[in-house]
Amino acid sequence: MALAKRIIPCLDVENGRVVKGVQFLDIRDAGDPVEVAKRYDEQGADEITFLDITATHEGRDTMVHTVEKMASQVFIPLTVGGGIRTCDDIRTMLNAGADKVSINSAAVFNPEFVREAAQRFGSQCIVVAIDAKKVSKADEEDRWEIFTHGGRKPTGLDAVEWAKKMVDYGAGEILLTSMDQDGVKNGYDLGVTRAISEAVHVPVIASGGVGNLDHLVDGVIEGKADAVLAASIFHFNEYSIPEAKAYMQARGIEVRL
Amino acid sequence: MSTVAVIDYGMGNLHSVAKALEHVQPGVEVWVTSDAQKIADADRVLLPGVGAIRDCMSEIYAQGVDKEVAQAIRSGRPFLGICVGYQALMQRSEENGGVECLGEFEGEVQFFGHDHTDAQGERLKVPHMGWNEVKQTIDHPLWKDIPDNSRFYFVHSYYVNAVRREQVAGMCTYGNTFDVAQSHNNVFAVQFHPEKSHTVGLQLLKNFLNWDGKP
Repeated sequence: MALAKRIIPCLDVENGRVVKGVQFLDIRDAGDPVEVAKRYDEQGADEITFLDITATHEGRDTMVHTVEKMASQVFIPLTVGGGIRTCDDIRTMLNAGADKVSINSAAVFNPEFVREAAQRFGSQCIVVAIDAKKVSKADEEDRWEIFTHGGRKPTGLDAVEWAKKMVDYGAGEILLTSMDQDGVKNGYDLGVTRAISEAVHVPVIASGGVGNLDHLVDGVIEGKADAVLAASIFHFNEYSIPEAKAYMQARGIEVRL
Repeated sequence: MSTVAVIDYGMGNLHSVAKALEHVQPGVEVWVTSDAQKIADADRVLLPGVGAIRDCMSEIYAQGVDKEVAQAIRSGRPFLGICVGYQALMQRSEENGGVECLGEFEGEVQFFGHDHTDAQGERLKVPHMGWNEVKQTIDHPLWKDIPDNSRFYFVHSYYVNAVRREQVAGMCTYGNTFDVAQSHNNVFAVQFHPEKSHTVGLQLLKNFLNWDGKP
C-alpha cells in the first residue's frame, strides 16, 4: 500500500462567502465557507484550500476570522492563499490556524520572499501557486508561461523552469493552475502538469478545469499529480467527495477512504 | 479539571493541536506555554514541532525546554511528541548537516533523499506529504479504537530509525519502511500529525487525554 493521492476541494472566498467564477468572471455564490468546509471534512476530503480573492482590508480581516473558525472545527490540513505578500501575512494565517500558505504573485515579483518564508516557517508550509498558460503554437514544442493578475499578464517566465526555481528556493509543494482551462471544465492541462511534476521532487497539486471525475483520474495518471484540486464540481453537488474517491479507486488510484 | 501543557518554543502552529485537544475533550484546559512551572504543573505534556530541526533544537535549548522535557518525562506524567517533537527526542538528526537532539530515544533521524523510489523504481516525492497507512506494531492504550493500518496525515522529509525495536509502536512504508510511532513507559511519540488526521487522529488525542501513562 502507498501514500494516497489527495483530493482537495478549493474554496474561493470573497468577503466571507464562497464564490466560484468561470475564468475569474461570472461569480456564483456557493455558501458560507465554514459550513462548506465542514461538509467536505465530513465527506472525507483530504485537505482544504481557501483562496482569498477579496481585494479590501475589511475582506482580509473577515478571512482571518473565517480561518480561525474553520480551524477549530475541521481537523484536516488547511491551505490559505490569496494576497500573501509578507512574512507577517504568513504568520497571521498560520496563527489563525492555517497549516500552509500559498504564495502566488508575490513569488513572481520577489522570488526571495519564497526563500525567506521557507527559512522562517519551514518548507512544509510554503506552497507556491503557479498560473501557467500554453504559449507554444501547434507546430512548436510545448511551452508554458507564467501569468499573473488572474491570467491576464504574461511574465515571460517558463513555467517548468520557474517551478524548479521555486523548489530550489524552498517551496514544499507546487499548486499548478492551468489558466486556459480554469473554470471551463475541459480538464487539467495534462502536459504542463506532467512536465512540472516530473521536473520537481516536491508534490504537485493539479488545478483548473475539472468538469468530471475522469479529469481527476487523468490528472493523477497522465498528469502525474500528487493531489487533485477542484471547486465547482463539488460546490454545486455535481459529485460528492466519496463518489470521486470511489471512482478513482476503481481506476487503480490509491485513495484514503 | 484535566490540564495539558503544549510546549511553546516558538516553532510551528500550536493552535491546531490546542484546538483539537479542546475538541475531543471539552473542558480540558490546554496551556500553550514555555513556562517551566506550568509545564511542571500540567497533568499531561505535549511536545509539538514543525520546521527544520536545527532551528527547533536551538529554540529548545535557548528556552530551557530541554530541561522541562527531561523533567516531564522523569515525572511519569503522560507525554506525547508530535512530528519534529518526536524527532527531537532521538539522539541525532542528519538534517542541517547533523544536529544533536535530546536523546530520550536511541537512534537517528535520516533523510529520504531526493532520489527516493518505491519497489518498482517509481520516483517518490519528498517531502512525504499526505495520508499514509500506519501499521500498529504493539498494543498500546493510544491505539485504542483506531483500526490497524488507518491512514494518518504526514508531512516530513526526515524519518526516525529507532534502535530499540521493542519500543516501536507503529511503522509506515513510503519506498522504505520506517518508524512512525514509538513508546517507552509514559512517553508516546508520533511522526504524523494527529491534530490533522481527522477521526483517527482525534481518537489518538482522546486516548492521550485518557491515558494514565502506563504502557
